[in-house]
Amino acid sequence: MSVDETPYALTHLDALESEAVHIFREVAGEFERPVILFSGGKDSIVMLHLALKAFAPAAVPFSLLHVDTGHNFPEVLAYRDRTVAEHGLRLHVASVQDFIDDGRLRERPDGTRNPLQTVPLLDAIGAHRFDAVFGGGRRDEEKARAKERVFSLRDEFGGWDPRRQRPELWQLYNGRHSPGEHVRVFPLSNWTELDVWQYIAREKIELPAIYYAHEREVFARDGMWLAPGDWGGPKDGERVVRRLVRYRTVGDMSCTGAVDSSAVTITDVIAEIAASRLTERGATRADDKLSEAAMEDRKREGYF
Amino acid sequence: MSTSIDPAATSLLRFATAGSVDDGKSTLVGRLLHDSKSVLADQLEAVERASLGRGQQAPDLALLTDGLRAEREQGITIDVAYRYFATPRRRFVLADTPGHVQYTRNMVTGASTAELAVVLVDARNGVVEQTRRHAAVAALLRVPHVVLAVNKMDLVDYAEPVFADIAEEFTAYAASLGVPDVTAVPISALAGDNVVTPSAHMDWYGGPTVLEHLESVPVVADPTGDPARFPVQYVIRPQTPEHRDYRGYAGQLASGVLRVGEDVTVLPSGRRSTIAGIDALGSQVDVAWAPQSVTLRLADDLDVSRGDLIAPTTGVPALTRDVEATVCHVADRPLRVGDRVLLKHTTRTVKAIVKDIPSRLTLGDLSQHPAPRELAANDIGRVVLRTAEPLALDAYADSRRTGSFLLVDPADGTTLTAGMAGAAFAAEATGEAAPAVADDEGWDF
Repeated sequence: MSVDETPYALTHLDALESEAVHIFREVAGEFERPVILFSGGKDSIVMLHLALKAFAPAAVPFSLLHVDTGHNFPEVLAYRDRTVAEHGLRLHVASVQDFIDDGRLRERPDGTRNPLQTVPLLDAIGAHRFDAVFGGGRRDEEKARAKERVFSLRDEFGGWDPRRQRPELWQLYNGRHSPGEHVRVFPLSNWTELDVWQYIAREKIELPAIYYAHEREVFARDGMWLAPGDWGGPKDGERVVRRLVRYRTVGDMSCTGAVDSSAVTITDVIAEIAASRLTERGATRADDKLSEAAMEDRKREGYF
Repeated sequence: MSTSIDPAATSLLRFATAGSVDDGKSTLVGRLLHDSKSVLADQLEAVERASLGRGQQAPDLALLTDGLRAEREQGITIDVAYRYFATPRRRFVLADTPGHVQYTRNMVTGASTAELAVVLVDARNGVVEQTRRHAAVAALLRVPHVVLAVNKMDLVDYAEPVFADIAEEFTAYAASLGVPDVTAVPISALAGDNVVTPSAHMDWYGGPTVLEHLESVPVVADPTGDPARFPVQYVIRPQTPEHRDYRGYAGQLASGVLRVGEDVTVLPSGRRSTIAGIDALGSQVDVAWAPQSVTLRLADDLDVSRGDLIAPTTGVPALTRDVEATVCHVADRPLRVGDRVLLKHTTRTVKAIVKDIPSRLTLGDLSQHPAPRELAANDIGRVVLRTAEPLALDAYADSRRTGSFLLVDPADGTTLTAGMAGAAFAAEATGEAAPAVADDEGWDF
């Protein structure tokens, strides 16, 4: 008989949830100072939700870290602060703007601040002596990420060397590291964009409103709809228009594009993604288009 | 992908592919992703752009899967990559593993969590050394289902006898290793025959396509047949006014089923209690089964901490400090007799000494070498270990979760070795004769 029909079968969402919770608890058991990277984007929101379930009825034994590019969507920052207050969490903010203001970072000519996040991130990891850093990265996002381990050892410079990764067998995660090193942990490694959305629907998780279709002022650049703002858009010749759009990913305003959409409910969003012929990063991220190995190169430098 | 996917009805299959560079593994993976409509337009455009940039006329589907700069430069797969795709019937996690001998550790990595392995064979060459190697790794790792994909059927005129001979030879070989289930499918990954859509060229074949088989193979073993094993990961103590006395043991069931009211024993202490409650990520339940992550509450106030194992009192594993296992050495520095290491088993890490390395398997000719004294990277061999503290270790044949362990370098934390406790191959465990391979010493290395 097909064993999928036994009362003991797990749906794929249950299996993914169970695996992610196991990863959170392994880190809680083996590390001294873990932190969850929290941007207010859907993947980090799902991570926080899983952490809340993993340790209930106790509090999440980790603090949160947000690397603020200075060009974040105001709705997302409001969501972030509301969520932190609601769950009584502790939030650390590492600010790209601070690093630019005091000369430790220089603005790029193209105005994109996403690659600049690496320096404040590594600075915060060092300053707070974080030894495990949870990220919402998924292997389905990008081909370099497809090579990423669940537990990813980073050297004292935060660097990722894909040829020197520890083989990762069964569910036996090796978190041992030397002082100065840290481990990046990806509980959503085996989730896809659609899994994330189906889980958000099942668990009735609230998201920042910009994930759903709304009328918004945007302008076209490099085939994407960008939101105008103090970050430097639009330039001369770029015309602001009002369109019905939503966001598939939420990151820095200078490189995160909106997509035309009329999906106002989560059911609409799931239907839209299932029918989409574009990946989420392909549709909405400029920084991944810089070169064939853009993500790998940033990861080697310490990016997620 | 279809919008009719119902997350409540879909199950998850984890599978691994194994095959040499020229067997067409990348083409098969590319074909599976492409024909199941899992490659999206921007990914294809990127591949087409990159292929043109290299002066190639047609898009090179291998560029879809080779994600690292070094892999694209050399045109080979260095490391395991994980791919995700879905059909209305099932979701898939594919461990795309390299086929080179020097990357055996990566094949082992991919196979460790796989419920099914696809072994690729070139129809023109038949069963070769590399095929036997892949079958052996699948058997060692106890992958429950093996698919033999006989590829490039278009180059042998889609001839049934070619396929039948290869399928028969492989199935007999796999059976002798204790692989319980082999399904052979004649395919052409390049032309698309029998990968996702049935072939118009092979009327003589009445079986499923590769994808149909992946969609329908039963993957969840009935957990009621296995003894329950609950490694404690973390103790949850809220110490808040509303949960002042709450003490829960968080973990993931490694095998079996646990029920409220069941008598349990905590190892290694041997203290006994009863399950007072099971919290399944926020809701109280009466029963939990593998691989659910839950929190157990016990009726008695025992000293239980991370690394302990909770098991039904009626089915407690034996405690041992002497471990005999088959291992795959995964680090560049060798493992030697006398090495002091850390052994990570479930949630427990203990000190251990390598007492003996009785034999090493040479993957090239599948022969056995007695007393090698050390194992180098990618070697598979037998080891004998002595641990500082007792372990509740099952045989790997009985549980892939509680029968597996890692050896770790205490100096810098490097993962040295992947271990599987107990007999090497299922054929030995069931008392069947070891297969005669390479020489009369067979597999009992």
